[in-house]
Amino acid sequence: MERLWINYYEAAAVILFGIGFMNLLLQNNLMKKFIGLNIMDTAVYLFLAAKGYIAGREAPILTNGILDAQYYVNPVPAGLVLTGIVVSVSVTAFSLALVQRLYRHYGTWNLDEMIRLAREQEDDGWQM
Amino acid sequence: MTNQNKTIWQKWKAWVNGEEALLHPDAYIAKRAERKKRSKKKTFNMRRMKENPQVYHFLCVSVCAAFIGILLAVVAELPSFGAAENPTNNEVMERYLEKGMEETGAINFVTGMILDYRAFDTFGEANVLFLAVIGVWMLLQRDRKNFSAEQERECEEDAAIETAESKTILQIGAKYLTPMILLYGVYVICNGHLSPGGGFSGGAIIGGGLILYAAAYGQEKVGAFLTKRRFLTMIAGSLLTYFACKSYSFFTGANHVGYAIPKGTPGEILSAGWILPLNICVGLVVACTMYGFYALFTKGEL
Amino acid sequence: MSLDIATVIQGLLVLFLIVSAIAVSVVRNLFLAVIIFMGYSSVMAIIWIFLGAPDLAITEAAVGAGISSVLFFLTLKQIHALKGTREG
Repeated sequence: MERLWINYYEAAAVILFGIGFMNLLLQNNLMKKFIGLNIMDTAVYLFLAAKGYIAGREAPILTNGILDAQYYVNPVPAGLVLTGIVVSVSVTAFSLALVQRLYRHYGTWNLDEMIRLAREQEDDGWQM
Repeated sequence: MTNQNKTIWQKWKAWVNGEEALLHPDAYIAKRAERKKRSKKKTFNMRRMKENPQVYHFLCVSVCAAFIGILLAVVAELPSFGAAENPTNNEVMERYLEKGMEETGAINFVTGMILDYRAFDTFGEANVLFLAVIGVWMLLQRDRKNFSAEQERECEEDAAIETAESKTILQIGAKYLTPMILLYGVYVICNGHLSPGGGFSGGAIIGGGLILYAAAYGQEKVGAFLTKRRFLTMIAGSLLTYFACKSYSFFTGANHVGYAIPKGTPGEILSAGWILPLNICVGLVVACTMYGFYALFTKGEL
Repeated sequence: MSLDIATVIQGLLVLFLIVSAIAVSVVRNLFLAVIIFMGYSSVMAIIWIFLGAPDLAITEAAVGAGISSVLFFLTLKQIHALKGTREG
């Protein structure tokens, strides 16, 4: 239990991931679902960046001409996360475009409603 | 040959070739219909589960709580946060930090890493952005197939409201802020190897500036210089330039040996080999993509 | 475990993240949910500075708090979920 207080960043990242996952499962509103997906993204980034942090060290940019690995934090997670953030925004944009198309087709942004309408249309198609 | 006395391989081959559907169409259709019915039964169960929301919610919350609990138990066993002797801080990091400046010429080690050691990864990511904007374009483009008459009317109404509305504060703010934002974006891109930032952040800043200007003065003003043709040329040209810059290592032994690009003095703006041009390419792609998302989301055209 | 001022501030920021994530899930109004998400992204940008990653801070501030929220707002407008525009 005490270690959870020391690793508070990782613990928070895990809790945020859980909250985002719960959003994804429980919300019927598609917008809220995608906000939950974004929260899950940032939780993973937070976890990665927290793993690379070393207390009392500088950001990985050459300062005062010191070329010593004992002076900077770990640059590897920062590089990984940097690419991830930009990919997450493009995924968000694409999914929001899909939401708009679904709204144009079904006239609702509620997923259950949408599935019901789709099933009705399918049933009508079967009878014909 | 009937269906019974075939081996599994022959059956599979017949299925791939579509023999079953061609030779016995009636039996095939009957089988397909049966399968459809079965799948319908399955979804019926799922529907019944969803029809009972309390059970569904309880299940979801308990699954998530168990998930969080397990992960928290794992976090409690992880090495302490911020300690220097953690297993993540290994020789990879030391190598990047100690040899990075010598090998790439960049002062910002993160930029040196993502645009030199892992440049192909970044190239793939720039392609992801390109694919995303093309996908959004396909979904939201304003044409007869995507837009019904009613939506067309709605769009016209919105445009009329937008031109009639007086947005004095926004327009004056945008007039003075946009050049500064764009200048800052260019600074961040060009100093990507010297200070925090780089193509991704600078491109996003430039895209934000363009979005601000388009929101204040209307999309036509931005569309006057960022036409559809220029937009596509810029993105595709940047991606191709990036690929051409990076594929030199294929021709020089595919292992970055025999590096012919002078790296210059670390710390100057014209240094670090290919990193500056690659940053500019990535910045252009990101800026165009971000503005493209905005333009397609508002009006459905660039 | 030493409890200096930087640790306390980071703890508060992390607490804000969790509170706003819960608020996003319980709030009914979609507009409010997106605004809260914007605040979440801005606080995340401050946290990147604390974690020694200024590159990430700039990117998150421009992308998370700026462009992604703009896209969410535009979608809300398109699906007629904003009050005062064209409520469906």
